[in-house]
Order: sequence, then C-alpha cells, then structure tokens
Amino acid sequence: MENKKWYLMGLREGLPIGLGYFAVGFTLGIAAREAGITAFQMGLMSFLMHASAGQFAVITVIAGQSGYVAMILTQLVINIRYLLMSAALSQKINHDTSMPKRLLLSYFVTDEIFGISASVKGELNPFYNYGAATLASPGWIIGTVLGVLVGNILPPSLVSALSVALYGMFLAVVIPASHESKAVAVVVIASMAASLVFDLIPLLSGISGGTKIIILTIVIAAAAAIIRPVKEEAASAETAEGGKEAQ
Amino acid sequence: MNFDQNTYIYFIVAALTIYAIRALPLTLIQKEITNTFVRSFLYYVPYVTLAVMAFPAIVTATSSLISGVVAFVVAVVVAWIDGNLFKVAVASCVAVYVTELIIM
Repeated sequence: MENKKWYLMGLREGLPIGLGYFAVGFTLGIAAREAGITAFQMGLMSFLMHASAGQFAVITVIAGQSGYVAMILTQLVINIRYLLMSAALSQKINHDTSMPKRLLLSYFVTDEIFGISASVKGELNPFYNYGAATLASPGWIIGTVLGVLVGNILPPSLVSALSVALYGMFLAVVIPASHESKAVAVVVIASMAASLVFDLIPLLSGISGGTKIIILTIVIAAAAAIIRPVKEEAASAETAEGGKEAQ
Repeated sequence: MNFDQNTYIYFIVAALTIYAIRALPLTLIQKEITNTFVRSFLYYVPYVTLAVMAFPAIVTATSSLISGVVAFVVAVVVAWIDGNLFKVAVASCVAVYVTELIIM
C-alpha cells in the first residue's frame, strides 16, 4: 500500500519529465538521423541507456570507428556524474532495500529522475523512481525514435518552448531548497556562477558538459562539506519527518 | 557511415559501462555512511549538479537568448513561490512560447 502511494506520486512527477524527454529526445533523434542511424537502433539505444549526451557520444564513437576501449573511456567521462548521484541515492533509500530493487533503481538514475528524488524529504522509497520512470522512459524512447522518423514535424516554436522543461525542473528542486537553507543557497549561486564561467572562458569552454559537471560537483560539494558540514541531528530530523512531508 | 553489426556490440559496451556507473554505488554502499565529510559531500552533490546543469543551459536552450532569460527568471520566481515541479516546468515552457510569439 505504501509502495503504491509512492509509485503514484512518482507517476505524477514523471509526467513533466516524460514531456521534457520527448522534446529533448526529438532533437537528439534529428541529429542522430543526420549521422545515419536507424529508428530501430535509436530506440534500442534509448531503451538501453537513457542518457542524452552518452547516446550522442555513442554515435560519434561509432562514426569515428574509434574502438571499444574508446567507447568505454568516453562513456566514463561523460557519465561519471551518475556515480555521485547513485552514491547520494544509496544514502537516501532504506538500508535494507533488496538487491533487485537496487538494481532496478540503478537502471533509471538519470539527471531528472535523480533531481526529483533529491526533492523528496527524508527517506526515499524506490517505487517513487519506478513511477517516474514509467512515464519518463517511454517519453524518451518515443521522442528519440520519432525524431529519427519524422524529423521536423513539430513546429520549431514548440520544440523551443519544450526544451526548457527539464531545466525548469532542476530549478524547481534547487530554488526551494535554497529558500530553506542559506548554505544550500550559497552553494547553488556559486554553482551557477562557476558553470557560467566555464562556458564563457575560451580555455574552459572546450571541456565537455559531462566533465564540467563532475569537476564542479566535486570541487563545490567538497568545499561546502568542509565549510558547512551537515550536522548529524539535522540529517536525522529530516528523516523522521520525511513521511508526512513527502505529501 | 558504418552502422553495421558492430554497431550493436558498441551499443552493448556503452550500455554496460553506463549501467555499471549507475549501479555500483547503489549496490555496494548498503550501510549508512557515518563520516561527516562524506555525508555532507553527498548532501550537497544534488544541489551543485542540478544548478550547474540548469544554468546557463536554460538561457541558451531556446531559439532566442531573450526567451531563455525569461524562462530562467519565470522558473526561479515560480519555484520560489510554489516549488511544484510540474508547475515550474509548464510555467517556463509557456513563458518561452509567449515571449517568442511577441519578439519573433
């Protein structure tokens, strides 16, 4: 019963993710078609990976005939941020969570599903993530496949509007948290400023998006952990009131 | 381009690499971490990651820089007032659509 409640809650939050994935996937599909990939290959890749930059890199590596080692290294660099997200989730779920549940949860560690999990107060039930994935995953797969198949059928104005949906969701996680905690607010502002600097400075802007995320995450989160360590009581109090705050 | 049967081996190699990254911490770390630094580090990780991914990407995601800036401001304001993920996402999409109707 508890699981069902969490699953339905995840479904609700998964809807905007699915719509955002559809739009982003659509644009990725258009780019992939130009590289020569088929709709079936695109759909299979989306189902297996659920990773936008990662999938684009797959196409690049195959097109360049760069070999399997290059594929592994490229994917490690682009996707290593999931290692940190997965580690953070490992502390957010119940420690008795079974292995099959953990393995399924791992399959859907995407930026956005992780993002909404981070917005859950207190302990996280994996069924929340399963619910979100139920709508997010098809949105991603269908979006990428249709992008390959029908290319420019969506009006550009709509694609442009939908393209901010996912970023809006990220902000919907970090802004309210900044409202509640001054330390988080400082971390968020510093992160955005650093991110902007990385994009603007010519020497740094050559660094891929995935690498930028991992460098800034490690540096800023470590600095924050040293300057403002999270107190033990605060963390446990958060867990205690998690049930009712999670709506 | 060469998208032959090797393509599928490349897919499997990439998929396994990505899944390993996602699954290793969640399956190997089964206990509560007691080290204050590591706990605090993991506490801040999502906020840094999401903030870095959102900005300035949201500003450059749309067809015009102006609509991107509007999307960012609207998302921040709505998130500050309400914080509901769906509302923030929809509000920023509508803001882009309307802005682009006006300026283009």
